[in-house]
Amino acid sequence: MKKYLLPSIKLTIVLVVLLGGIYPLLLAGIAKMAPGEGDGVTVTHNGKVVGYEQIGQKFTEDKYFWSRPSAVDYNAAGSGGSNKAPGNEDYLKIVQERIDTFLAHNPEVKKSEIPAELVTASASGLDPHLSPAAAYIQVARVAKARSISPEKIKQLVSDNTQPPVLGMLGTPTVNVLKLNVALDELK
Amino acid sequence: MNTEILGVIATYGLTLLLAWPLARYIVKVFRGDKVWSDFLLPIEKLFYKISGINPKEEMDWKQHMKALLTINLVWFVYAFFALLFQDKLPLNPDGNPGQSPDLAFNSAISFLVNCNLQHYSGETGVTYFTQLFVLAFLQFVSAATGIAALIVVFKAFKDKTVTQLGNFWEIFLKTITRILLPLSIVIAVILIFNGSPASFAGKDTIVTLQGDTVNVSRGPAAGFIAIKHLGTNGGGWFGANSAHPFENPNYIGFITEMVAQVVIPIAMVFALGMFIQRRKFATVIFAIMTIGMICLLIPTMQAEMAGNPALSHMGIQQLTGSMEGKEVRFGPAGTGYWSTVTTIISTGSICGFHDSMMPMTGLMQLLGMMLNCLYGGCGVGILNYYIYIIIAVFISGLMVGRTPEFMGHKLEAREVKIAALITLLSPFLILAGTALAAYVLVHHPDASWAVKPGAWLNNPGYHGFSEMLYEVTSANANNGSGYEGLGDNNVFWNVSTGFVLILGRYLPIIGPVAIAGLMAKKKYIPESAGTLRTDSVTFGVMTFAVIVILNALSYFPALALGPIAEYFSLYR
Repeated sequence: MKKYLLPSIKLTIVLVVLLGGIYPLLLAGIAKMAPGEGDGVTVTHNGKVVGYEQIGQKFTEDKYFWSRPSAVDYNAAGSGGSNKAPGNEDYLKIVQERIDTFLAHNPEVKKSEIPAELVTASASGLDPHLSPAAAYIQVARVAKARSISPEKIKQLVSDNTQPPVLGMLGTPTVNVLKLNVALDELK
Repeated sequence: MNTEILGVIATYGLTLLLAWPLARYIVKVFRGDKVWSDFLLPIEKLFYKISGINPKEEMDWKQHMKALLTINLVWFVYAFFALLFQDKLPLNPDGNPGQSPDLAFNSAISFLVNCNLQHYSGETGVTYFTQLFVLAFLQFVSAATGIAALIVVFKAFKDKTVTQLGNFWEIFLKTITRILLPLSIVIAVILIFNGSPASFAGKDTIVTLQGDTVNVSRGPAAGFIAIKHLGTNGGGWFGANSAHPFENPNYIGFITEMVAQVVIPIAMVFALGMFIQRRKFATVIFAIMTIGMICLLIPTMQAEMAGNPALSHMGIQQLTGSMEGKEVRFGPAGTGYWSTVTTIISTGSICGFHDSMMPMTGLMQLLGMMLNCLYGGCGVGILNYYIYIIIAVFISGLMVGRTPEFMGHKLEAREVKIAALITLLSPFLILAGTALAAYVLVHHPDASWAVKPGAWLNNPGYHGFSEMLYEVTSANANNGSGYEGLGDNNVFWNVSTGFVLILGRYLPIIGPVAIAGLMAKKKYIPESAGTLRTDSVTFGVMTFAVIVILNALSYFPALALGPIAEYFSLYR
């Protein structure tokens, strides 16, 4: 044991410097060339930073497209899901409340048309996306709140839909923050 | 075809395409052939010189294990004290506090043994210093420890009769400088250009479009995320792990991280065949592992894409499947694939919360961790599979009435005893650990710990039992994923899983290395017509049967109380 102790300690020290120090510094240097310079990519509106492209934020007003429910209330200094089991009675009550709230704000929508993602909490609590279906279902409400024709808003959703990778891998997504910024810039 | 399923198939295909050349490279590195990365030799020589190591000094299996355990002990002491006093150390822009002794004990061990249970949350429980200099460091060296142990076994297989099995320090250091570090840089750069942060800036404060003020955690995360996957560690920079949009920004990030976590385990299987020049032997192992994975994957994806029956009952649409605890950019098929891979290999990173998945998925995740040998963690996956091979050789020998042999060496009582003990260790730790937790919960619900046992569970009923079963299983498998609803940051879970982690890590490394070392010393018996062929499909099926029977016998009662009972109550 003794024979191995000193080499172990010395090797540990040099590796801590290499892996804990040099490696992340090198990456931080490379990141200077990347979008956002390694600080995260921001979204601006009227010259002001209104958020990060990747980090979802809370939208509850009728004139904006709503983002998904969040177990951490979109606190981006924390993150996490509800960790509720699929059959948990308390959890199912919460979902029922979300369905009722959604129907109250969207009288044009039938219950059978509500996509599950609009009444279930995301994993990170910071999900920045909706599926196209979950965006289109809100068009009527947003159009009414803003007195803009639904066609124009539908077009906006379509313009903000990111297709799957190469058109065939993964899911299509709509970035809610970018879509809402585009809405505010419509006039 | 559904683009989500296509994405999963393409990701797996890409992994295989990359694993083959990687395996060839790994074999060349450890055979000592010329490779492109030889330009690093002067740096390695400098490291040997500083550390006082002679890399040419050959070691037998016992010396290998002594060196391995000694350096692991050094890392533990270093990590424990650094986490305990992290509030007094530099690089703490968010002003996070030091960890409590039991939490520091658990965190140090769980990163040391390649598990990464993380009973804290990344944004608040650690500092940039401990994330980088302690946790990311341990993610590199714990993966290299597993791979180095496996390479020792490769060397024992390769030669007819041998006691000297190379130099531990050399194998270990080369694993880092030649394999893990270069690959990590590539993966990290891909993630950086897809939006993962990498600078040392602290929290940012923004005012959202709707007018809320929000703090946003950031930090040098990209490098951490790369090694967390390549090293099958799984511990996240942020609390939500790879579900966090900074940690896994888009579908390209998904593909990158998915490939990164399973490419080395698969490459090591290919490398086995190349290194000992028994390609057919490795091909059969690969086939059995892949079939095992598919058996777990299909029910998982089916259950997640079908959605939650309780929500269907409420009359809403689940076109995109079950979405509780999932992210839109990955979808249920991709999240299901991730959950299978992360549990069969010992990564334990997540891109959707396992606690909220369907009971069928939970069953598959638990099985993946209980088997712990379908590809498996960096290095240790094949070591676990090797134990099952020994048991299968022994049983086959009994069935046909011949002295069992493996790789030209007799398999005798001593080796079989070691294998049997290692096989029994997992059920013992998992079942006894879960039973203890359940006992404390029922009989001492008000014990005055940070989280009272009565308040541990985030869900009632069968699923609550699964939360405890999952935690212990994950600790034993050194996996690190969890049913995160469980209130696990208290002295009971920190200490109990800490010991499960140590036993579940080191004995399953020492056991196989000892067996291989002991067998390699024996006289070589050339193959004859009477030899049981271990590279045949028949023997592959035999091993598969051993794996299924042993685990079914061990775990069925516990699984019946958890996910199986939950399944029948949800789909009634």
